[in-house]
Amino acid sequence: MALAPVLAAAQEEAGSTAGHPLPGQFHLQRSVTPIMDSITAFHDGILMWSISLIVALVLGLLVWIMIRYNAKRNPVPAAFTHNTLVEIAWTVLPIVVLIVIAIPSFGVLSDQLTTPDGERKYLGSNIFSFGEVEVPAPELTIKATGQQWYWDYEYVDQGLALTSIMMDEPTRTAAKPNQPRLLAVDNELVVPVDTTVRVQVTADPMGVIHAFAVPSFGIKIDAVPGRLNETWFNARETGIFYGQCSELCGKDHAFMPIAVRVVTKDEFTAYLAAFEGGDYAAANATLAAVQ
Amino acid sequence: MADTTAHLEAHATGHDAASHHTPTGWRRWVYSTNHKDIGLMYLYFAIFTGIIGGLLSGVMRMELQEPGIQIFHGLAAMVYGVEGDAALDAGKHMYNVFTTAHALIMVFFVVMPATMGGFANYFAPLMIGAPDTAFPRINNIAFWLLPPAFILLLMSLFFEGTGPGAMGFGGGWTIYPPLSTTGHPGPAMDFAILSLHVAGVSSILGSINLITTIFNMRAPGMTLHKMPLFAWSVLVTAFLLLLALPVLAGAITMLLTDRNFGTAFFKPAEGGDPILFQHLFWFFGHPEVYIMILPGFGIISHIVSTFSRKPIFGYMAMAYAMVAIGFVGFVVWAHHMYTTGLSLDVQRYFVAATMVIAVPTGVKIFSWIATMWGGSISFKSPMLWAIGFIFLFTVGGVTGVVLANAGADRALHDTYYVVAHFHYVLSLGAVFSIFAGWYYWYPKMFGYMYNETLAKAHFWIMFVGVNLIFFPQHFLGLAGMPRRYIDYPDAFGFFNRISSIGYYITFVAMAIFFYATWEAFKKKRPAGDNPWGDGATTLEWTLSSPPPFHQFTTLPRIESTNAH
Repeated sequence: MALAPVLAAAQEEAGSTAGHPLPGQFHLQRSVTPIMDSITAFHDGILMWSISLIVALVLGLLVWIMIRYNAKRNPVPAAFTHNTLVEIAWTVLPIVVLIVIAIPSFGVLSDQLTTPDGERKYLGSNIFSFGEVEVPAPELTIKATGQQWYWDYEYVDQGLALTSIMMDEPTRTAAKPNQPRLLAVDNELVVPVDTTVRVQVTADPMGVIHAFAVPSFGIKIDAVPGRLNETWFNARETGIFYGQCSELCGKDHAFMPIAVRVVTKDEFTAYLAAFEGGDYAAANATLAAVQ
Repeated sequence: MADTTAHLEAHATGHDAASHHTPTGWRRWVYSTNHKDIGLMYLYFAIFTGIIGGLLSGVMRMELQEPGIQIFHGLAAMVYGVEGDAALDAGKHMYNVFTTAHALIMVFFVVMPATMGGFANYFAPLMIGAPDTAFPRINNIAFWLLPPAFILLLMSLFFEGTGPGAMGFGGGWTIYPPLSTTGHPGPAMDFAILSLHVAGVSSILGSINLITTIFNMRAPGMTLHKMPLFAWSVLVTAFLLLLALPVLAGAITMLLTDRNFGTAFFKPAEGGDPILFQHLFWFFGHPEVYIMILPGFGIISHIVSTFSRKPIFGYMAMAYAMVAIGFVGFVVWAHHMYTTGLSLDVQRYFVAATMVIAVPTGVKIFSWIATMWGGSISFKSPMLWAIGFIFLFTVGGVTGVVLANAGADRALHDTYYVVAHFHYVLSLGAVFSIFAGWYYWYPKMFGYMYNETLAKAHFWIMFVGVNLIFFPQHFLGLAGMPRRYIDYPDAFGFFNRISSIGYYITFVAMAIFFYATWEAFKKKRPAGDNPWGDGATTLEWTLSSPPPFHQFTTLPRIESTNAH
């Protein structure tokens, strides 16, 4: 398990541009944002190493005890019941380990919950730094509304809206055969690359709770009726990045994916211009068709 | 006067001799005020409900074995007589009903009755040298509330949930509104609420009885600091139950009135807040997970000590680690809610508080290891289960540390990583401790010895099976597979298939468990008072196997040297 990052790198060669899980994937999805960079560095690094070593230590001690202190090898048991030094050690050492984990943990968390203002620096992959990644202030605001069982999206400042519904299998195999089953949607949410996007998330006021998540962006936030939650991302690659509803919302919980299509800034400008009249199909037609 | 005295004496003698007869037939069980009989009934009940809860998960694993929907639309068609798309919709809902029922049954009707009902009732009084519990009649009603509660839960499966043709409540064991209010307008949810109310009353009564018993009925000389660790674990758990369950009762009462009487505690459109329910639920829910595991800690301590023929290492630290876990368990609840939109400061607090729990938990793990260190260990089946528990609980514990970090939880929240984590601590942790206790105390409870080979086969096959089920689920979670999904993108197929194969192996292990139990009853090999030798030092081993209907008519006296 501690080798996960190494193996992960090997596995990624196969589908280096994928914005969705790959067959047999055993690690986090590929990162395309500074936030997911820091989550990946935090998990695959210090967390994975410390939990693997702790498990190995406990397993090693258990195996040693079973070999050394079984009734055959050690017919007369010892009678000690205390050892102050050892007891202090196994109380203090875990505290030290937890503090070492907590330092990057608080940094990673603070980054996630602090919308960029253009000044603040973000951790990125170097989670033990004081922040070295520049992230611009948000230039676009998207509102995602969870419905039973699809997503409504709105470009808030432009007043443009679209509805995104999962494609059923006959439609998908005909229209977008290269997109994964259960993830492909009719209308992707289109956003520009290298741009900080503010995401407001809520649910139908008369509906139920959903959760908006895109693993490659490192975001997951509940869509709660009557609340407006906020998160943000800044994707550095173009492509389609998929997520799935992450709070139980009824029978079609598994069938309301999230598809975010990241395009170049020029493409996005053209897309928005064509969207002005509110015609998503016309706007989408400015982009290369999703296969 | 002389007549009266004679009469009183006759009565007293008659009372001693005659009315201590053992009641027989159905009266012995239905009217029982005997802690051992009630404990056994709890265990039988937990075995029965465990079969149902386990079969529910089997159907889910069969469904998830391959991508696509294979089982549930057919199941819905069979049960509700619907066809085509209606069957598909009913099947999807039915899957959610199964996950919900599996969780509620396992939590409220299997693990809690087995540990706090069965083992605590049977062995806490024996270990503290008490003739019975403090409130035997409360003990009776506490048990007999459980079957009606379970029947209510089963009935909820057959009433309308979300709408016509969609039976049962499918909103998860966390019963979050609005899915559990406006999302499930049918009566199924009301049955589930009533079931939880009744089960909660049962647990509160049981915990009052156990707290009073442990505080007041310890044998002369047994101070709290000489009390066996299982009794300590029961005491701490009973306090958790007493403090946590009323909060659940309040929360589900508010759900009930929101549903039926026009209140708006959790309705955003009328000024309520669905997140309020999550706070209330997890204020109960987090202590609840410790309620499920703490008695297991106590059981494991005794087994490790017995089969190492060595006293518990660090007895005081072990006892107060449980107190600390119980206390801190009440102030970490919102780590289940990192994605609800809590502010940065709130999330920071809950990260820090949650990580603290790792310290007393580490003390327990290392103290068990130190208890074995230098011991003379015999690997009888209870010891195998105990060592298995220590390892598996460690795995579940460290993934808990990962999830405690809100920053990492962002990627893992509501994925299969969480499913793997809590099954490692509960399905593998708590359940392994229950089986450890079962094989440890089986000869005491029934007076017979089981077949050691069968018990070991049960352990090894189950150890392989459950690891095969739940270890790959870590990978699924890391790769992003969300929980509570009837169908998943094809990329998740490989590890889901392995996980399902693990279920079938576990199923074989359970078949061996039932066969081993049957075989032991059939062969009737006498176990003797203490089959485990000089390592077994607690008071239950000084009694016959099974113990007499009423034990300790002369209270045992605990000498000051008889320390741990």
